[in-house]
Amino acid sequence: MTRFQVLVVGAGPAGLAAAIEAATAGATVMVIDENSAPGGQLFKQIHKFFGSSAHYAGIRGLDIGRKMLDEAQSCGVEIWLDSTVWGLFPDNHVAVIRDECSMLIEAEKVILATGAYENALSFPGWTLPGVITAGSLQTMMNVQRVLPAKRMLMVGAGNIGLIVSYQAMQAGMDVLAVIEARDRIGGYAVHAAKIRRYGVPILTSHTISEAHGAERVESATLVHLDDRFLPIEHTERRIDVDMICLAVGLTPMAELAWMAGCQFAYVPEAGGHVPIHDENMETTVPGLYVAGDITGIEEANTAIDEGRLAGIAAAEALGYCSQDEASGRKALVCERLDELRLGEVNRTRRTVQRILQAQSSGVQQELSDVSPQRGRSQIG
Amino acid sequence: MRIVDHPILGKLAQDRTVTITVDGRALEAIRGETILATLLAHGIRKCRTTEKHHEPRWFFCGIGRCTDCVMTVDGVPNVRTCVTMVRQGMVVETQTGLGEDGGGES
Repeated sequence: MTRFQVLVVGAGPAGLAAAIEAATAGATVMVIDENSAPGGQLFKQIHKFFGSSAHYAGIRGLDIGRKMLDEAQSCGVEIWLDSTVWGLFPDNHVAVIRDECSMLIEAEKVILATGAYENALSFPGWTLPGVITAGSLQTMMNVQRVLPAKRMLMVGAGNIGLIVSYQAMQAGMDVLAVIEARDRIGGYAVHAAKIRRYGVPILTSHTISEAHGAERVESATLVHLDDRFLPIEHTERRIDVDMICLAVGLTPMAELAWMAGCQFAYVPEAGGHVPIHDENMETTVPGLYVAGDITGIEEANTAIDEGRLAGIAAAEALGYCSQDEASGRKALVCERLDELRLGEVNRTRRTVQRILQAQSSGVQQELSDVSPQRGRSQIG
Repeated sequence: MRIVDHPILGKLAQDRTVTITVDGRALEAIRGETILATLLAHGIRKCRTTEKHHEPRWFFCGIGRCTDCVMTVDGVPNVRTCVTMVRQGMVVETQTGLGEDGGGES
């Protein structure tokens, strides 16, 4: 059986950061990713990042991806692409399919940085060709360099909906409108302003009630919503579009953590069920760590820092750095994470972080504090 | 349609091409791109029809999770075209239902 000290699942920002930290400390590190190119979603992100310089502020996602890949390679991280981790068994035995062969790899520490998948939204006509996710459009435009359509409607005014709308215009598409079921725009004002300047209306308290077309999307019906999210009669209007993009949130991809027997918390603010983890990003299964969107939906820069934490912690647990040294390095990362999570969008995430860590140390009280309307969060 | 000029990404390199066949039609593809990208570049808006209601399907998630975009590639059904790269001479066919090996061909 192949053995590695640290095995990271996922070569996105969190996984690469974790691998770089652990390998720099001296551990043998392997990263496995099912895609044929590393970088996760970073190479689709052609916009400049926010945050401090430690977070690559002002640098575009794709350049961050290149930089991290170089770093990973120079510190000796082995990356397997086109390889799918399909199972996680006791004692960190990891089952992988590569070149149509299945094999087991044994690792002392496993870091899950599997990311997330985009949510769907169902309405009459949603299965028609032309209804796609926002990330999907981003992949086609920014990585594959093809335009699937000409005139689109964006559903969802969070950061992804706003940014991808702007990128669609950069690529040459017409964006007819961005609609948002809530009564306010969820994403940053600066992203909203960018598309508004080009005359794209952002319609809050609106949803799509139907997509029309015989063989493909030809138009969409929008409807105004009241404050209970119910459609208001006689407010329907139809717009001609050949593409409907859904930017309605993401769900952490946590199958492997479930399989390993991790304890979970249901935190709607984090995107659903997330593995409970401590300040070292270690789950309730010893030696199994998580980083990035699997811990709750956030952004690439926070994913990078969570990856660093997990990588440092794994190296520390393996004896590659002293407790003092590790604490110092982790404290620096945590400071930056706190800074990143100061914004309004990220405030929820800080609360989520508190809950998860509180749960991890056995404190249950905070649970009922965070989502009183939903009652108690469940522990899976 | 290909995005030849992009304000951030610059000009598209189109020098290394291969040819694939889609439903009998020879299409120019760029090496390193996915089958789906080639379809989109040539304006093809259907990957398959569904087993029960024979409805058209195209792509949805674009990262290999939803399997909406599966087609029959070199005789093998249910190949995810959004994560499968083109190869010279590849034969791609619009899939009907579950495809021949899936027992659902009508």
